[in-house]
Amino acid sequence: MKFAVLVFPGSNCDLDMYHAIKDELGEEVEYVWHDTKDLSTFDGILIPGGFSYGDYLRCGAMANQSNVMSEVKKAADAGKPVIGICNGFQILTEAGLLPGALLRNKNLKFICRTVQLKVVNHNTLFTNQYKEDEVITVPIAHGEGNYYCDDATLKSLEDNNQIVFTYSGDNPNGSLADIAGITNERGNVLGMMPHPERAVDELIGGADGLALFKSIVKQWRESNVNEA
Amino acid sequence: MSTKLEPTAEQIKEQKLYASMGLTDEEFALVESILGRSPNWTETGLFSVMWSEHCSYKNSKPILRKFPTEGEHVLQGPGEGAGIVDIGDEQAVVFKMESHNHPSAIEPYQGAATGIGGIIRDVFSMGARPIAMLNSLRFGDLNTSKRVRFLFEEVVAGIAGYGNCIGIPTVGGEIQFDPCYAGNPLVNAMCVGLIDHKDIQKGIASGVGNTVMYVGAKTGRDGIHGATFASEELDEHAEEKRPAVQVGDPFMEKLLLEACLELVQFESLVGIQDMGAAGLTSSAAEMASKAGSGLEMNLDLIPQRETGMTAYEMMLSESQERMLIVVKKGQEQPIVDLFSKYGLDAVKVGVVTDDKMFKLTHKGEVVANVPADALAEDAPVYHKPSAVPAHFIEFQQMENEEPAVTNYKETLINLLKQETIASKEWVYNQYDYQVRTSTVVAPGSDAAVVRVRGTNKGLAMTTDCNSRYIYLDPEMGGKIAVAEAARNIVCSGGRPLAITDCLNFGNPEKPEIFWQIEKSADGIAEACRKLESPVIGGNVSLYNERSNEAIYPTPTIGMVGLVEDLAHVTTQQAKTAGDIVYLIGDTHTEFGGSELQKMLNNNRIFGKAPFIDLDLEKARQAALLQAIQAGLVKSAHDVAEGGVAVALAEKTFGTNLGIQATLKGSATSALFSESQSRFILTVAPEHTARFEEVVIDATKVGVVTAEATIIITASDATTLVEGTVAEFQDAWKGAIPCLLKSED
Repeated sequence: MKFAVLVFPGSNCDLDMYHAIKDELGEEVEYVWHDTKDLSTFDGILIPGGFSYGDYLRCGAMANQSNVMSEVKKAADAGKPVIGICNGFQILTEAGLLPGALLRNKNLKFICRTVQLKVVNHNTLFTNQYKEDEVITVPIAHGEGNYYCDDATLKSLEDNNQIVFTYSGDNPNGSLADIAGITNERGNVLGMMPHPERAVDELIGGADGLALFKSIVKQWRESNVNEA
Repeated sequence: MSTKLEPTAEQIKEQKLYASMGLTDEEFALVESILGRSPNWTETGLFSVMWSEHCSYKNSKPILRKFPTEGEHVLQGPGEGAGIVDIGDEQAVVFKMESHNHPSAIEPYQGAATGIGGIIRDVFSMGARPIAMLNSLRFGDLNTSKRVRFLFEEVVAGIAGYGNCIGIPTVGGEIQFDPCYAGNPLVNAMCVGLIDHKDIQKGIASGVGNTVMYVGAKTGRDGIHGATFASEELDEHAEEKRPAVQVGDPFMEKLLLEACLELVQFESLVGIQDMGAAGLTSSAAEMASKAGSGLEMNLDLIPQRETGMTAYEMMLSESQERMLIVVKKGQEQPIVDLFSKYGLDAVKVGVVTDDKMFKLTHKGEVVANVPADALAEDAPVYHKPSAVPAHFIEFQQMENEEPAVTNYKETLINLLKQETIASKEWVYNQYDYQVRTSTVVAPGSDAAVVRVRGTNKGLAMTTDCNSRYIYLDPEMGGKIAVAEAARNIVCSGGRPLAITDCLNFGNPEKPEIFWQIEKSADGIAEACRKLESPVIGGNVSLYNERSNEAIYPTPTIGMVGLVEDLAHVTTQQAKTAGDIVYLIGDTHTEFGGSELQKMLNNNRIFGKAPFIDLDLEKARQAALLQAIQAGLVKSAHDVAEGGVAVALAEKTFGTNLGIQATLKGSATSALFSESQSRFILTVAPEHTARFEEVVIDATKVGVVTAEATIIITASDATTLVEGTVAEFQDAWKGAIPCLLKSED
């Protein structure tokens, strides 16, 4: 399986995402600069965290104007897995690929620490390697991760099982309904504030995020075998 | 504004206008004799910044010569952007620490943020990839004023704002609180980078006819005379100097960083240097002087953010996120293309010449023409008079006395609440300490450890300085600062490689202050020699005074060590119930400058600093490292502020375990004395025999317990301290958030 790690000016978790895929998962991966006009050769699209365009104007707003975003939309429409982590999640909400928005943390400060997440939906292409309601430990590092949407959107997220991860125990940033990660309706676009790519190696504090990437590869292999 | 409004050379001389830029009458006369004429306005500006203490080290050069700067593994000592030490496998570690104290005193967010930006540029201007940040901060006591709390919160926010955005993890640091820093906080930032030997760059402008290019952000009017401002005492008018504070843009720096790291792979690159203090002036003059060349620049070509800037303003601006590079003639275009990918300017602004002159033109006129060496090398060097302060003589005559303590548990809880000892989680949870996914030991242990990706090695790093000891006895305290940094590195499983230092002191024109500088440098130099950890760079920050009150002498030490195998990485927290607790070293009655003394005497410290024997220190560190490398040690922590009781308590924090220990000797000293060269370790029962063979002066003092309680008894079985870990940990964790809610 071949992954693209998108790189915007100001992305800074691109390296972490790249090494998680290459070193820990052993899959193919390439960095893709934001002005690229073709993503068709990739099987999965990863939008890393960081501060694209310095978070100026509004987190993710400028990145959404890049050439590559129309390609990301094509990939999403084609049913390919697309993940946005942290700033990547913010970009996906700006692009309208995911509903809602990320507001400033309720304490108005940047927060870096590990949190507990509950895998609310383990029947997605991103979570099939987790158990039902499994609690995992994953780091967060953001200033604007306070998920918000209107009541109707929240109801449809709940009804369609689009809420994939919630904060378990304490909600660090004030997110509505403790939401830490959601998918689109079709289930092939995931956005989450916590950093699973930082939790792929016991040496650096845990490996609970690895199953997320393994889930994607497993699903991809199975569907490709079926097609063949 | 037009150049025509600037004072003439005659006016500058007659009205002594140079004095407001920080030049003395003697220095101005020296400039005249070098030039054989009076300098014009722009030239006066060039000399005043380049001859400021901040750029020339004119007061501290004789001091800096005391430091050992060479060693087997040192590839680059002081004099370039940052020092470099070999770590094997054709790789090296690049690091430096710098102060940004004065800007942070009046504009804490931007002052701290641009301090971070500046030190990062120093590291990547060497061609290195920055991989970690640390800092060392000093503030007044948090419960004393809103202003102190504002400075503290904004400095932390500024460090977070810049470091998080650029994507370099802030992995460690230290903070001390004392009333002497209330009006003049210290913000020292350290950056650590990694480089392949073949990529090492220098800031030189060599090769006559080669092209001088300006890359990065445009030049504005911010930070004009920042270096001069940094070389003065703060007074009641300090707020008026706010325009001397620069404004940082971490996004711009991220772009510049990535572009420069691509640039160092270009064969055509001759030299590169950050435009830091004194901006375009220092980078250009130093690059020419180091190469023995001259340099000519046309200021009309400088990318400008504002209209109508004069030559003086452009040369003295300290706008951030800029670099000066020299490239081979005719090979400019690929570099222009590279920077345009990142949306950055890369503009030819001048050429390297052979006449050793620093020549500037603007709007068709020569606006400066002075010898490059005169700016970069020929600042006068002052040997300031020094005098032993009366308080030192008085302190040395005092006997070491034990403070009167009756309730040991309550005292321990109060010590854990002292902001210098209390948990700094409130601070480091605002820093992204994990980005780049290589942080093996995060903030909250002795030294941070960052892995070297692609190898099995790690880099241990720490910042340390107990300025109270240095105030009481600068030479002893200087030794302790280096030794403590090394202790932290060793506790984490590393071997000390080298240090960088930030020498923060008061006004060196006062003989008692200059004496502090001399003596602490003697102590640092001796400890560096003994512990084989040379000084590879750093900076000097003098005039740290507010309304004539000097800070405690604070020569902060930043140390990096090599962890040869990541299996050696050790943290301070206890690991397993049943493990044996050892204390290495002897405890004496030593409370001068201690946390307990400060707490019990309404912030007043007095007496002798703790004594340190560097031979003993070295032997203990060597034995401990050997034991750690042999896999015999489960956890290691140095005994520092608050003594053994605080160290024992800290070993349980963040675990589900407790400790039961028995301490010999007088209870108050056994618990709270700050005697040096001591460590608290835990060792698995099956390894105790081998451990005791390796570490000969270790004493069994207790055991790690499954029950989360801390019980400390005297040798006659009297209970000194008993409580749940939660009681102690809550006090320790809650102190800083609680103090920030003070209403005074």
